[in-house]
Amino acid sequence: MKPARLLFHRNEAQISVVNLMVDLDIASKKSPDQKGSSDAVKTITVALMGNPNSGKTTIFNCLTGANQKVGNYGGVTVETKQGTIRHGDYRIHFIDLPGTYSLTAYSIEELVARNYIIREHPDVVLNVVDGTNLERNLYLAVQLKELGVPQIIALNMADEIKKKGIKVDREILSRELGAPVIPTVGIKKRGIRQLLDSIVSLAAGLWEKPPSTPVPYGREIEDELEKIAAPIIEQAQKLQYDHANPQAHLCLNISPRWVSLKLLEKDQDIQQTLKEGEIRRRVAEQVEISRQRLTSLFGEDPETLIAEQRYGYVHGICRAVIQRGALSRIDLTQQIDKVLTNRLLGLPIFAVLMYLTFWLVFRLGEIPMNWIESAFRVLSQAVIDYWPAGRTFFLRSLVTDGIISGVGGVLVFVPNIILLFAAITLLEDTGYMARAAFIMDRLMKWVGLHGKSFIPLLTGFGCSVPGIMGTRILDNRRDRFTTLLVLPLMSCGARLPIYMLIIPAFFAESVRAQVLYSMYIIGIIVAICCARLLRTTLFRGEPSPFVMELPPYRIPTLKAVLLHVWQRTSLYLQKAGTVILAFSVIMWALASFPKVPPEKIQGLGPQQAHQEALQYSCTGRIGRALEPVVKPLGFDWKIATALVGALPAKELFVSQMGIVYALGDTDEHSHVLREILRQHYTPLTAFCIMLFCLIATPCTATFAVVRRETGSWRWPIFQFASLTLLAYIVTLVVHQVGSLLGIGVT
Amino acid sequence: MNREITLTDLEPGRQGTILRINGNSPFKKRLLEMGLIKGEKIKKVKLAPLADPAEYIIKGYHVSLRKDEAREIIISPE
Repeated sequence: MKPARLLFHRNEAQISVVNLMVDLDIASKKSPDQKGSSDAVKTITVALMGNPNSGKTTIFNCLTGANQKVGNYGGVTVETKQGTIRHGDYRIHFIDLPGTYSLTAYSIEELVARNYIIREHPDVVLNVVDGTNLERNLYLAVQLKELGVPQIIALNMADEIKKKGIKVDREILSRELGAPVIPTVGIKKRGIRQLLDSIVSLAAGLWEKPPSTPVPYGREIEDELEKIAAPIIEQAQKLQYDHANPQAHLCLNISPRWVSLKLLEKDQDIQQTLKEGEIRRRVAEQVEISRQRLTSLFGEDPETLIAEQRYGYVHGICRAVIQRGALSRIDLTQQIDKVLTNRLLGLPIFAVLMYLTFWLVFRLGEIPMNWIESAFRVLSQAVIDYWPAGRTFFLRSLVTDGIISGVGGVLVFVPNIILLFAAITLLEDTGYMARAAFIMDRLMKWVGLHGKSFIPLLTGFGCSVPGIMGTRILDNRRDRFTTLLVLPLMSCGARLPIYMLIIPAFFAESVRAQVLYSMYIIGIIVAICCARLLRTTLFRGEPSPFVMELPPYRIPTLKAVLLHVWQRTSLYLQKAGTVILAFSVIMWALASFPKVPPEKIQGLGPQQAHQEALQYSCTGRIGRALEPVVKPLGFDWKIATALVGALPAKELFVSQMGIVYALGDTDEHSHVLREILRQHYTPLTAFCIMLFCLIATPCTATFAVVRRETGSWRWPIFQFASLTLLAYIVTLVVHQVGSLLGIGVT
Repeated sequence: MNREITLTDLEPGRQGTILRINGNSPFKKRLLEMGLIKGEKIKKVKLAPLADPAEYIIKGYHVSLRKDEAREIIISPE
């Protein structure tokens, strides 16, 4: 095994330390066949690269089966999948790197992919190439050839190439790229065995690499490349190899020509690596001189020149290997797009599909959710029935109110997550997701987001938890984090019981619907403001470009859908579920301790006793302590207590209010509670309660999921604090202005 | 014809040849890498329902570009 961890050097302070290989380490320790036979079994590490939409993940799924695990790159939250299999005498470890168009690190995802190749030196780089789009896909292949890594080309979608009447001469392609070329059909699992054989023979050095010529850049550029490479080669002679030192690694292990090329292209990450020591001045100076010389010579910047030359070379290869048949068929994708992205029909069809998605996830999902809820209620009741209330009352309460309801609270989201990810995978794998982004981009751009943000945000109206998990579809970190941070402002289903309790109690029949809509609209407006604010502050920087490929429509495979759903669900249960459970036990403890002294509740009815107990508990004390803070919002300690008690789930606010008013368990239609609320609060305060519940503090489940999706505690804490503060300010302003103007005070 | 227009001004359904890309941002590099290089033919397929972005065909594949981005691409229409 290679050194298990590596450091990525700093790049714009966004990427700090990346413990890329920690997961890999765990994976290899876990594999059972390592024991005993570790001498006989050799491990080959294979990194999968490829353009987005090249079918890379499908190939990865074929290669590893269900034998994969999803891991985050710590700190940067770029996700990779890994899987290990046995093939003959070898154990082959696959890493599915993020899709990338080139080795120019443009986004963090691409930087992660490239740096993995550069720094980890996988034994084989398996480049999945979409054969129907050979020219653009080979651009990456040529760059990998330049980098000099052992490459295998999986010429994917071999069946579609045939259908298009195209013939690809694999022999010439293999010779030109200096890499074995294996035709594959990912969705039909064709060519997988040949791929594995090829990986083994390449890694074992059995494949004879044909002598290949480097990409010709023309004399002028070549001259400059040599000049830039000179100090790097010199430096290499002075340096000791040290894997932890990026500069030594770059100078000693990577072709100087490639490093020079990247420098000439102004690659920030490579520049940064060479920014220390004496090499810095010499290289930087030479690069500057070379760039100026080439620019004045050709009237173009070197990036453009290099890309043109490289594409020229790729074009030459394509001309040599592609033989077009008689006639290619009609482009079916274009026919479908005539309807789906039609200027008139596009939006209505999109709306219908989104409605169907929402319906599937939440309406259909509600049925199993109800089963889960009632199953846990029955279980809880069964425990109560068989466990006599006695001295172990506390333990029984921990089991029923803490653990059982906590586990139920975790599992209740599972139907939503399964259905949402089934829907998302279908939308993505068919190719419609890119069209959805295409249709919605104009609108989302105005908010400062990407077209794709729409789907997770829409999901947020059902529930923030799957919505936040759905932000995975956004490739750009800035877009993803902005979406994820404002997502709880989409008024989720759990707020509805609060609105349903309050609105009929305080507002006339004729305006009820408007008040309800206003909550949703306020949420959206606040979200837009926050998103724009985030994009100009925390996530400032270049707007993520919308150069987005619209891939051909394809039929998704059931396996891909199931695998994706399974991965998401199991990740949710492992990573977020445990935190949600921990939170619910903590919240239970806060509401149960300290115990109210028995003499205090002597002679009281069960409801009054419950009220006393809550008042006496930490939750009640926190509520009381918060009273002076929430007073300017028109809230009293009872509301504060209910808000604290509703942290695990927003809808708990209703039952908590029932308890603080000694009503026992109330359902949301409770007329008694409404009557009491009407006696105690003004319509203005009632509106403020809804407003506060809308904006403030995402529930603990959301908190846990944000923690899991962002990979750090920083973001959920930031979200929690800033949304609560924002809610406080907005509610304060509304209440104070409302009181001043005398709106809704009677 | 030797007219120069930006890609934004190209009529849907028409095509042109790329002359150059203005600016000097990393974004330009991305366009280059996706095959939008000098001499390449690019066809505007259609506008999105809300008039932005637009769909193009380049090197045989479909790509969507925002107006702001297409404005930087100078072409000679056919």
